[in-house]
Amino acid sequence: MKKTLLACTVAASFALPAFAQQQLTVVNFGGANANAQKKAYYEPFEKTGTKIIPVEYNGEQAKIKAMVETKKVTWDVVEVESPDAARGCDEGLFEKLDYSKIGSKADFLPAAVTDCGVGLFVWSTVMAYNGEKLKTAPTSWADFWDVKKIPGKRGMRKGARYNLEFALMADGVKPADVYKVLGTKEGADRAFKKLTELKPNIQWWEAGAQPPQFLVAGDVVLTTVYNGRIDAANREGRDLKIYWPGGIYDLDYLVIPKGAPNKEASLKYIQFAMQPANQAVYAQNIAYGPTNTKALASLSPKILADLPTSSTNAKDALQFNVGFWADQGEALEKRFAAWATQ
Amino acid sequence: MHAATSVPLVSAEAPPGELRRALARAEARRKWRAFALTAPLLVFLLLTLLVPIVALLQRAVENPEVANALPRTVRALDGWNRKEAPAPAAYAAMATDLGQLPDSSDAGALARRLNTEIAGARSLVMGAFRALPITGTPEEIKARMLELDPRWGEAPYWQAIAKNGSRWTPDYLLASVDLRRDVAGEVERMPADQRAFAGILLRTFQISAVVTFFCLLLAYPLAWWLSTLPARKANVLMILVLVPFWTSILVRVAAWIVLLQSEGLVNRGLMGLGLIDQPLALLFNRTGVIIAMVHILLPFMILPLYSVMKSVPPTYLRAAVSLGSSPLAAFFRVYVPQTYPGIGAGALLVFILAIGYYVTPALLGGADDQMLSYYIARYTNVEINWGMACALGAVLLVATLVLYAVYRRIGKAELSLG
Repeated sequence: MKKTLLACTVAASFALPAFAQQQLTVVNFGGANANAQKKAYYEPFEKTGTKIIPVEYNGEQAKIKAMVETKKVTWDVVEVESPDAARGCDEGLFEKLDYSKIGSKADFLPAAVTDCGVGLFVWSTVMAYNGEKLKTAPTSWADFWDVKKIPGKRGMRKGARYNLEFALMADGVKPADVYKVLGTKEGADRAFKKLTELKPNIQWWEAGAQPPQFLVAGDVVLTTVYNGRIDAANREGRDLKIYWPGGIYDLDYLVIPKGAPNKEASLKYIQFAMQPANQAVYAQNIAYGPTNTKALASLSPKILADLPTSSTNAKDALQFNVGFWADQGEALEKRFAAWATQ
Repeated sequence: MHAATSVPLVSAEAPPGELRRALARAEARRKWRAFALTAPLLVFLLLTLLVPIVALLQRAVENPEVANALPRTVRALDGWNRKEAPAPAAYAAMATDLGQLPDSSDAGALARRLNTEIAGARSLVMGAFRALPITGTPEEIKARMLELDPRWGEAPYWQAIAKNGSRWTPDYLLASVDLRRDVAGEVERMPADQRAFAGILLRTFQISAVVTFFCLLLAYPLAWWLSTLPARKANVLMILVLVPFWTSILVRVAAWIVLLQSEGLVNRGLMGLGLIDQPLALLFNRTGVIIAMVHILLPFMILPLYSVMKSVPPTYLRAAVSLGSSPLAAFFRVYVPQTYPGIGAGALLVFILAIGYYVTPALLGGADDQMLSYYIARYTNVEINWGMACALGAVLLVATLVLYAVYRRIGKAELSLG
């Protein structure tokens, strides 16, 4: 009798983990975006019985690489930027996705469907200004360079990415031709030359939270900025305005690191996050565009006006060329470092 | 030092040999005990300091990707003139090598490695890898690959493969001092638009030197004043020095942003006093970086100075004055030389800490205020080019060690002068 009891206790203690609530570690970039994901995805998904443990990171792919290489993967679903999604897939850092468990590819934006990552939202790097302070609103990217017409400092992201594209557009290159021009030696020279013109008037930013702060503090009159940050500042009562044409839009992707422990549950989570109803809730909480095209139908015109994917805002926008930056990024960023030193 | 206490008492009549042996035994025991006590620390240092440094240095010269993935291609390129497109046999070897890769991640690693050598190689290699299998006679394979991507007919991509056939490479280390190997393997300077790191290393040392100088300038009078105060007052003031020391660097950086921005407290104050008309540019440039770094590193200068100054007897200064020296001369000729160890320790500490600064310049500096660590972090996290990151780390390590050696020489010279 005593023995059976002991056996039962032992058996029960072994079986216990199976009864424990399932957990998923979902990694995001923090800030307003993480809050919107919490409302739209984490909280409703937890009602299905799986606990979400949110983790913030800064996009450091080195962490994922180290986890995969040492085979100690503790992250289940990770939000990554498009160049990292493509590169990580090539280098075997992420699992290939089974779309039959995620949803119908036809409902998603074409750019959202890749082998290892599914696009979660569309964001855009745009020009913005403070509506309370600036009297003459900019009407082109050439105005961003024109310090006589609009005197004052310009905020730009510290690095080559986006800035070279904007420089070419300011120099008269049509958005559709930007990457064709930038791909040539002369085109890159032209972009850096144009950037040199503005160099004394540039105030560089490092983190996405900085440019709206620069605008509010009056440190800069015009800045490049991620559109969601402007939306977040306006929700706090600011009157920051976006100039949409020439904005560079891109997607963030959800990926599963190779060897992640809860692959099935992770796929369920991704499937949940790609449903139109949940994506609509997300877009209501932050001005990033849904990747499930069916989500747009349920959004009000007021919300749509701030999304990079709405037809008016997307009209003259430029899609970020992942392939180009995967090839040229390291060389161009190094050239940028050399350029900054001169 | 106190070994005598543990020596077993030996009677005076005992033969001298036995005494010597007993002493030697005691001495050996003492040594082993000392070793056993320090062993945990030694093991800890070995694991946490030496092993990572060796791994870092190894990564800086390791070059396994091409040699692992393309052994046949590297052999086929042996004896190639390295000027025009190689013979069809090289194309066939490439197709075979790519076909034999155990995993797609090996192709990704190869593509990444070649892309650091020549921009564009990533899409070229991955394109061919996705188009596999490519079969047929060598001529057919060559035609097929050229049709796939005409860049396969360009020599530079093949040169990158031929150059990286060996498992070890000096390329990362060369690149970290703006040098490279040309097609023939001769070392030459980088083209002007890729020359960055020598300037960045110089900038790193400049910023650190300026920060050290201002720390010394501010800390010396303060530490001197603290050392003259009665203990109770000095302790209270020391807490004021230490409170910022215990506050997170990020918080202090954010506080400086609030103070220094164009409508911040400092600019408003100066404009209110009528000293300036336009706000000064104190942020997102070199000024902001130096102000914040001096503030953050100040305690590392104050503490060693204070501890040395406490041990300098105030009577020396009085004696010098009473013997007819002017107070200023007495201060500089009698007091200051006695604080050299504190100045040396503080300056070295501040300088070496400053060299590794990353967050403060990233948040408060412009594009031309970034220090070497910023680029090390970039190569680690963004470009995932760990070879380059380790090479830059090695350069920083060596530069620091050289500097330390110079300091030791000067430090010794000073001691012998005294």
